[in-house]
Amino acid sequence: MILADQAGNIIVWVVWLAAAVALLGSGFAVVAFSNPFYSALALIVNLASLAVLYLLLSAEFVAAAQVLVYAGAVMVMFLFVIAYLGGRADAPWAGGKSLARTAAIIASAAILVEVVVVISKASRGTLSTSAEITSSFGSPTAIGQLFLSDYLIAFEVTSIILLIGAVGGVILGSGARRQAGAQDEGQETTEPASMTLAQPPHEAA
Amino acid sequence: MLGPSVAAYLVLSTVLFVTGIAGVLVRRSPLIVLLALELMLNAGNLALIAFARHSGNAAGQIFALAVMVVAAAEVVVGLGLIVAMSRRKMELDVDKLSQLKG
Repeated sequence: MILADQAGNIIVWVVWLAAAVALLGSGFAVVAFSNPFYSALALIVNLASLAVLYLLLSAEFVAAAQVLVYAGAVMVMFLFVIAYLGGRADAPWAGGKSLARTAAIIASAAILVEVVVVISKASRGTLSTSAEITSSFGSPTAIGQLFLSDYLIAFEVTSIILLIGAVGGVILGSGARRQAGAQDEGQETTEPASMTLAQPPHEAA
Repeated sequence: MLGPSVAAYLVLSTVLFVTGIAGVLVRRSPLIVLLALELMLNAGNLALIAFARHSGNAAGQIFALAVMVVAAAEVVVGLGLIVAMSRRKMELDVDKLSQLKG
């Protein structure tokens, strides 16, 4: 029994290390690539390795939602816009203010040191022992029950936020089209807003 | 708890968050700034879920799902702005986009 426990522990450590390396490597890649298409692909790897970590933390429903919603829907939207922009989306590194860049890196390193010091201090105290959980922790049933009882208002508010986001996206898209159309033809276009993304892109500058 | 303790997950999420900060501050393409923002939101999610596991309370996972919804809405509006900017043939560079009025 103890042997089986140890073997399970080693497997979890190996999976954790692999996911952590993939997480940090793809995170740096997102920031480092000059082509946003590769950055978006690196972010998909990042989200997938995060889902593995969520599974290790027994958050099964969140891991599934992460893969479906984030790596699926949100990243498809990202890739669609990057493909729509074409060559205009390229983001070469050259030409930035080197002083601002150095200050930014120093500031982020300072935040890193600060938080890691705090965590290492707490890791011997309150963070050393985790609570025991049952096997239903993080399952869709448990999350659904929480959402529809204790957190019902939060649940409804998130749906309103999504609605506002969708309406805002449509208004941004159709407003830009109307102005472009008014410049081109001297009159307002009356096509539905959902068609705005389907038009062929303007020629790349 | 099998495997590493919660502190290891928190350090991981801190490093990811700092990567996102550096990306937002250093890069000038609005698309990459949005991607780095996603990194930061996901680092926050990882910390929330690690704390949920630590305290044995699933409220942290509810919080993480709410953050996912907010991130999706933010991406919709951000990408809409970028598409609108490119339609007006503006340069996609956050250093040069300093006015709200186009």
